[in-house]
Parts: sequence; C-alpha cells; structure tokens
Amino acid sequence: MLKKFKVILIFAFSLSLIFSANYAYSQHGEDNHGENGDEKKFNPGEMIMGHIGDEYGWHIMTIGEKHITISLPIIVYSKHSGLSVFMSSKFHHGHSSYKGFRIAEGEDNPNKGKVVELVAEEEVRPYDISITKNTLSLFISIIIILWIFISVAKEYQRREGQAPKGLQSFLEPLILFVRDDIAKPAIGKKKYIKYTPFLLSVFFFILLNNLLGLVPFFPGGANLTGNIAVTMVLAMFTFVITTINGNRNYWKHIFNTPGVPWWLKLPVPLMPLIEFMSIFIKPFVLMIRLFANITAGHIVALGFFSLIFIFGEMGGVGAGIGGGVFSVVFTIFLTFLELLVALIQAYVFTLLSALYLGMATEEHH
Amino acid sequence: MGIVTPDFGLVFWMTLSFFLVLYILKKYAWKPILKSLKAREKSIDEALKAAERAKDEMDGLRAENEKILQEAREEREKLLRDAREVKDRILADAKVDAKAEADKLIRVARAQIESEKLSAIHEIKETVVSISVEIAEKVIKNSLDSVEKQKKYADSLLKKIELN
Repeated sequence: MLKKFKVILIFAFSLSLIFSANYAYSQHGEDNHGENGDEKKFNPGEMIMGHIGDEYGWHIMTIGEKHITISLPIIVYSKHSGLSVFMSSKFHHGHSSYKGFRIAEGEDNPNKGKVVELVAEEEVRPYDISITKNTLSLFISIIIILWIFISVAKEYQRREGQAPKGLQSFLEPLILFVRDDIAKPAIGKKKYIKYTPFLLSVFFFILLNNLLGLVPFFPGGANLTGNIAVTMVLAMFTFVITTINGNRNYWKHIFNTPGVPWWLKLPVPLMPLIEFMSIFIKPFVLMIRLFANITAGHIVALGFFSLIFIFGEMGGVGAGIGGGVFSVVFTIFLTFLELLVALIQAYVFTLLSALYLGMATEEHH
Repeated sequence: MGIVTPDFGLVFWMTLSFFLVLYILKKYAWKPILKSLKAREKSIDEALKAAERAKDEMDGLRAENEKILQEAREEREKLLRDAREVKDRILADAKVDAKAEADKLIRVARAQIESEKLSAIHEIKETVVSISVEIAEKVIKNSLDSVEKQKKYADSLLKKIELN
C-alpha cells in the first residue's frame, strides 16, 4: 500500500513538472543560432555541448519552433539586488532579461550560458544556486535511490533471516559485491564494516546516475556523473573521509616514507613533497576519471546522432535516413558499451575510494 | 572551458544533498541491510554447522546400532551353541541312562528267568518223585501176581506218565 502511494507520489511529482513545462512558442524564429540566413545551420559542437552541459530549464524537445521545456527555479544572490527567486521561463529561452538578470550570450563571453546581472552596463555573475537541469536530476536520482534502498531495507527487516525476494534479490549480489569484493579486501577485515555504508552509497549513486544518464528522455538524460562539479564533490567526500581517518602510519608514510634513501628526503624533501601531492592527486584523478569516461560516452553517442543531421543537410532527406540507420546501429552498440562503462566506472570509483581508505587506515606492518 | 569548470550552484546542491544521502542511507538503509545480511550469514553458518553435527551424531548412532546388532548376533550364536551343547549332553546322558536301565532290566529279567527255571526244574523233580512214588505204590498195591503181569503193569504205567 505504502509502496503504491510512493509510486503515485513520484508520478504526480513528475507530472506536475511536465505540466509546468513552458509551451511557449519561440518568438525569435529567425535569429536561432545562425543569424545570417533564413535556414539555420546545424552545429554539432553546440548541440553536443548543450546536451552534456547544464541548463536553467529542462529542455525536453523542440517541435518545429515550439520548445517544450520544464521551467526550473532560478535562485541567485547578488550584493546589488539581494536574493532573487524566479522561474527560468521568465527568460523566454534565454532571449530576454528579467529583473536585470539575463543569460549571458556571445562566443567569447566567459559567463556564456550562465545567469548574469547587469550592473552599470557590465555583466556581473551573482551567487547562483539555481535548481538547474542537473540539480533536478540529482534530486530525482536521490529520491529514487532513497526509495529503493529504504524499501529494500524494510524488506530485509520484514523478512529477517529469509532468502531475498524481488528487488531485494536483485540488489543483494551488488551489495555483497561491494562489501565482500571491494571493501573487505581493500580496507581489511577489521575496519571494512565502518566504511562499507559510504562505499555502498557512492557505488549505487554513481551507478544509478550513470544509468539515468543513458536514458534519453526525462527524468534521465542529464549528464550528472559526467559533470565535473558532481564528480568533484564525490571525490571530495572520499578525500575528506580519507584525510580524517588517516592514522599515524599513513601520515608517517607521507612525510617520512620508509624504505626510501635518506637523500630523497633530507636536503630537498623530494619524496615527502611528491607523497604530499599524491594526497590531492588521488581524489583529483577520481574526479577526472569518472567525469571524462561518462562525458566521452555521451559525446560519442551524440556525435553519431549529429551525423544524421549532417548527412541530411549535405545530401537531403535520403542521406539523412541512410545516416540515421547507420547512426542508430552504432548508437545501440555504443549504448551497450556505455552500460558496461556505467558499471565499470561505478566499480572503479568505489574500488579506488576503498583502496585509498585502506591505505589511510592500514595498521603498521 | 564550460564543461571542465565546476559550477558553484551544482557543487553546493551536490554537497548538501549527497551529505544527506550518505546520512539517510547509512541510518535507514545500510545499517538494517548489513545487519540482517550478517545475521542471515550467521544463521546459515550455524545451520550448516548444526547439520554437520547432526550428521556426526547420526553416524555415531549408526555405529552404535551396528555394534548392538553385532552383539545381539553374537549373543544369539552363543545361546544357540549352548543350547546345542545342552541338548547333546542331555541326549548323551539319556542314552547312557537308558542303556543302564535296560541293562538292569535285562539283568533282572535274566535273574528272574533263572530262578523261574530253577523253580520249574525243582517242581518237575518233585512231580517226577511223586509220580514215581505213586507208580511204585500202585505197583506194590497190585501185588505182583506174576512177574509178567508186574512187568506189563509197570509198562502201562510208564506209558501213562508223560514227562512233561
């Protein structure tokens, strides 16, 4: 009963978002992208960057000149005008300004695509904590993940000591995999249980968002784990937990590495310097790896789709359809590859986090 | 530079919400899940061990049963052997006794026969004597008319007497 209620709740939430979508016609049909001709030129670079990046509204689709976009709240704070909260639909797809705010345009503009405030004819970037497409996607994925695991946890409590069933039996191998094949060997038998919840959360968060990123339409489609801010925060959590829990042995290893000739440490502290840098390089690498892998997959998939339109523009509808067949086949192949990558990257991030935690908490040997 | 510059807003929301996710999941999901996984593993382990123990016990019982059966079998063998021996002994004893009894009986019978014979002979003797006496009496009584008569008479008497 409760389960059904939750499903309805989520469904209603999604619906309300769709209904609040802005069905406005674009009033600037002629100045889309290419301003020099009647027919706009397809720009694959812009399309791809638009898809893997973030945006202030959730653009679902465009039919003709009609954009269907979920309008999202913009929350900005500036010293000039204080806190402002309004919906992104007020910008009319980035073409008009509202209360002195607008979305920056122009190829060379460092703030391109971001909300800026016009103060004395100059664009100033306010503190911007808007609920963007990625933020909304983050919230949706969090709702899904909490719902899944809290209901599974209830199932575990209800069916104590019995064999798993349903969703529980689907997730149990993954949970056991993270616990027994990632946490236990990497951290060690004594301490792994303390860090397993973190590793499980990270694993399932990354996995779910990787998979949601592969779903081409709402509520998937946001490139969340391919967003450097997200991977940065994830890596940050690993970094903070590692650094907080690092024991004496760990710090000794960094500042006075055993088994290294003294001249690498004494006049010039070369080894300590390198070791110290590695503290920061490790999470940095975590951040880059996840970001690059997921983003690359999205770019390649979108590149294949761009081919359809490039062929279409070059050789007419027939070439477009031909290119479409080719692209769809390749995209299917690529999607399977991306499914694999989604799992592997979740695994790798979790495994490396576990290894770093293991290094930080290792006892003296 | 767009995609490699972390966006402040997203960092803010991500940090806040991921922190909450970690906390909520740890408290309401991982803790019960890991706890019950552990409990289940433990109970499975214990069940397996108990099964192993039960098996050992069964083996022990079976061995004991076998031993008891073996003992019973031996006991039966021994009893049968004893019984046979007793039977044989009884039979042998009986035979010996019977023989002795028979011998005794035969002996007694023989003795009796002997004595009967003796008494019969004695009786014959007496009868002969009395007959002789009688004959003699008759002979004497007839007084001897003539020698021939006497002789004839004696002969006729003798003919009458039949010796048994």
